[in-house]
Amino acid sequence: MPTPPEPGARPEPIPGTTLFDGDAARKGYQLNAMCYSFNHKENREAFLADEEAYCRRFHLTPEQRQAVAKRDVLGMIAAGGNIYYLAKLAGIFGLNVQDVGAMQTGRTVEAFKQYLLDHARGT
Amino acid sequence: MAEIIGGYFTSHVPAIGGAIHRGDQQTPYWKPFFDGFPKVHEWLAKMKPDVAVVFSNDHGLNFFLDKMPTFAVGAAAEYQNEDEGWGLPLYRPFKGHPELSWHVIEQLVADEIDPLTCQQMLVDHAISIPIELAYPSVAEWPVRLVPIGINTVQHPLPSARRCLALGRSVHKALASWSGAERIVVIGTGGLSHQLDGERAGFMNPDYDRFCLDHLASDPDALTKHSIHDMVRLAGTQGVEVLNWIAARGALGPGAREIHRNYHLPISNTAAATVLLEPA
Repeated sequence: MPTPPEPGARPEPIPGTTLFDGDAARKGYQLNAMCYSFNHKENREAFLADEEAYCRRFHLTPEQRQAVAKRDVLGMIAAGGNIYYLAKLAGIFGLNVQDVGAMQTGRTVEAFKQYLLDHARGT
Repeated sequence: MAEIIGGYFTSHVPAIGGAIHRGDQQTPYWKPFFDGFPKVHEWLAKMKPDVAVVFSNDHGLNFFLDKMPTFAVGAAAEYQNEDEGWGLPLYRPFKGHPELSWHVIEQLVADEIDPLTCQQMLVDHAISIPIELAYPSVAEWPVRLVPIGINTVQHPLPSARRCLALGRSVHKALASWSGAERIVVIGTGGLSHQLDGERAGFMNPDYDRFCLDHLASDPDALTKHSIHDMVRLAGTQGVEVLNWIAARGALGPGAREIHRNYHLPISNTAAATVLLEPA
């Protein structure tokens, strides 16, 4: 059983995984704030009506704005986006977590769903 | 004296709500998950709890990153569910039990575990789905809530050891409550899953089995892993098992498993449903 590392020690990174920590929370604040606003229907409609103006209202960084424009989920995460908030943005486009999983892993949605099903082997 | 009748643990994947709404419970995809619930319904009908102490994590409905509490205790007379961004049907409000909430808060602070206290709190799918799964098609929720939130969103997260200590302190509060309530403790979320990054879709049945096999008999075994190890083993959102660990602590020192159902995948998640009784 591994022992917890000392505070401040840097554990080995986990491949394909970004921990949403203080650095990410600071970096991603504007993007996550915009996504949080989508809890309200009128804000979702305002985004769809004029995406550029809506993003400007939340002062997205250029990196965040570009990732949103390109619907680039990994880019949004690199720009500090947190998946729980990004899921609200994805919902505006009618995308669920399988669609988002496929986008991030470079698979088709069907292949991603099969990948999920394949985990069931041996259980 | 109040009685802690047992613990109910289940996943809270939003897609479960969609399946319930569409009536998909008996379709081939969903049946293996919903097959875990007749036993839960029987047990609740027999045990008749009237209060539920629920450990869960908010997903950006009640808390944003402007204020992110590590632990939060609801102390409201009523809890509303609201739109989480997807425009899904809302769940009926839940009645609270503010007197018991404040009793829990007093105990936590006495034990030097200092939570945020919330006289207003929205509850998201992490509470509404497990309650709906437990009580399908009831006219009125039979339990009043004491919701306890754990930050599983923004690192640093509280350690598993700390979450177990939180739960054990809640147990002291429940055990010393002078009312006649019948209390069920609930842990929601998990098990292994990861929604974000190139590793999206990750699940780990071996780690899930380790958690399930030790939850009743030796919950301290689950606290040996650091949060970083838990992310590695369970996925970025699999750390929601912290809610289960805290709820296990609230159940009391001894417990035995009376029911377990494990099935994957449900959406992107390895889903489990467990009942424990005090032993």
